[in-house]
Amino acid sequence: MIVTEEKPLSEVLEAMAGDDKVLIVGCAGCPEGWQTGGPAKVAELADALRAKGKEVVDTVMIDFLCNKALVGLRLARCLDALKAADAVLVVSCGVGVQATAAMVDKPCHPALNTISSGGAQGLWPSSERCQECGNCVLSLTGGICPITTCAKSMLNGPCGGSHKQTCEVEPNRPCGWYRIYERLKAQGRLDNLKKLPDIRNYRKMDVPMKARSTIRWALEVEEEA
Amino acid sequence: MSRLQEALEAGEFVVTGEIGPPKGIDTHEMDEEIEHLRGKVVAINVTDIQSSVMRLGSLTVSEYLVRQDLEPVYQMVCRDRNRLALQSDLLSGAWVGIENILALTGDHQVLGDHPDAKGVFDLDSVSLLQTIGSLMDGRDLAGNELAGVPKFFPGAVVAPGLEPVEPQVLKMEKKVAAGARFFQTQAVYDPRQLEAFMKQVEHLKVPVLVGIVLLKSAGMAKFMNKNVAGVFVPDHLIEEIGAAKRKDRKKKSAEIAGRLIREMKDMCQGVHMMPLGWTDMTDDILGHAGLA
Repeated sequence: MIVTEEKPLSEVLEAMAGDDKVLIVGCAGCPEGWQTGGPAKVAELADALRAKGKEVVDTVMIDFLCNKALVGLRLARCLDALKAADAVLVVSCGVGVQATAAMVDKPCHPALNTISSGGAQGLWPSSERCQECGNCVLSLTGGICPITTCAKSMLNGPCGGSHKQTCEVEPNRPCGWYRIYERLKAQGRLDNLKKLPDIRNYRKMDVPMKARSTIRWALEVEEEA
Repeated sequence: MSRLQEALEAGEFVVTGEIGPPKGIDTHEMDEEIEHLRGKVVAINVTDIQSSVMRLGSLTVSEYLVRQDLEPVYQMVCRDRNRLALQSDLLSGAWVGIENILALTGDHQVLGDHPDAKGVFDLDSVSLLQTIGSLMDGRDLAGNELAGVPKFFPGAVVAPGLEPVEPQVLKMEKKVAAGARFFQTQAVYDPRQLEAFMKQVEHLKVPVLVGIVLLKSAGMAKFMNKNVAGVFVPDHLIEEIGAAKRKDRKKKSAEIAGRLIREMKDMCQGVHMMPLGWTDMTDDILGHAGLA
């Protein structure tokens, strides 16, 4: 299971400044199990947004947001809500946000931070990756993760090795920051590239004890104690 | 205040040079290069594990220049050291009299001679500039107070030839916002490329030193066109250097570099010469450029 934590509402609202109509897409996989998502949490989030003056055009639950095919199929059924929305708030891990951002033509904002569980989560992604950095920046980067698409995991834009859309480390590897630039340009949000994000906090990548305390762990440790 | 800062603030056209520390501890060739640059340039860049090829360190060689009454531009990349080491090295630099810092992210480690190394990239060029700013305000990145406040003249790089250029311009804006006070560019061989670029960054009002890399042969030009991101050598220059006889090539190379500088000097605030070992041609280049 991927471990997530809720972003503070103030951070979510700041990222969605100017996005008045919001579609909430929730993952019914790991976040539900981890109680950072799922139908109850999504309804709670919708209420909180309404209380802050946002119009929630719809809420959609999808079993596994990491599976892009599922995301596409399911969102195709609520095209009207999608069209009406200024932005999509995604209640999932970083892979789900990226998968959603790849399928829809709207800014996608993460509602959660993905924190490290130490790896091996058993998900089924396509090209999207999440390093569980614990401080999701997908709101700023058009739903494309710079930590996992950039060979240097840079937060501030392309390096001097990015040329003609490709990365300096491998022929044919697309430059993550070029993709981010193209996506933001298409969305009219290039100003995002002038913002200075916080310097990364690597402590958030350490695996917290609570993330190790799974049911399996309980069976092994607590039952035997 | 560093001489580089003084000259740029006085609006002088500035010439900087560059040396690459050797792989090993025999510095005879580097010493010769240093002597060729003495008195001809305001400051000398010292590259930091250039191209991810392990070599003698830039901090020590920068200090070596200070001790010889020469002014270094201490290049720092983020590939090999985390924020603790970078800040510590900045303090060490300030303590021995180094002021000019060139903040770079650094080439990826797989491009060098230790491709299996762990890339650090704890900071990048922009956050390194923020870090320098923080130290100049008397605090480290964690907000702790420093005993004694270091003084730096921070700069950064930009590549006018990268495509598309807009993300590079946006990033340059960010670097200025993060504290970059001067820029040195990747090699430019086409004055029109620099002209177009300078129009796009005019609003930043920050001095730009155009990068000049000596064109040593047609083969080198073709290699760079194929392999070096953002470097474009026009065909007429490839033909010109290719047509020169082997014994005349060094002179021709200096002539081309000097001509390029002459054509571009009114577009920018200085030139950064990267002679790749041919520092003995410095006089020739500056002569052809009308800067001697």
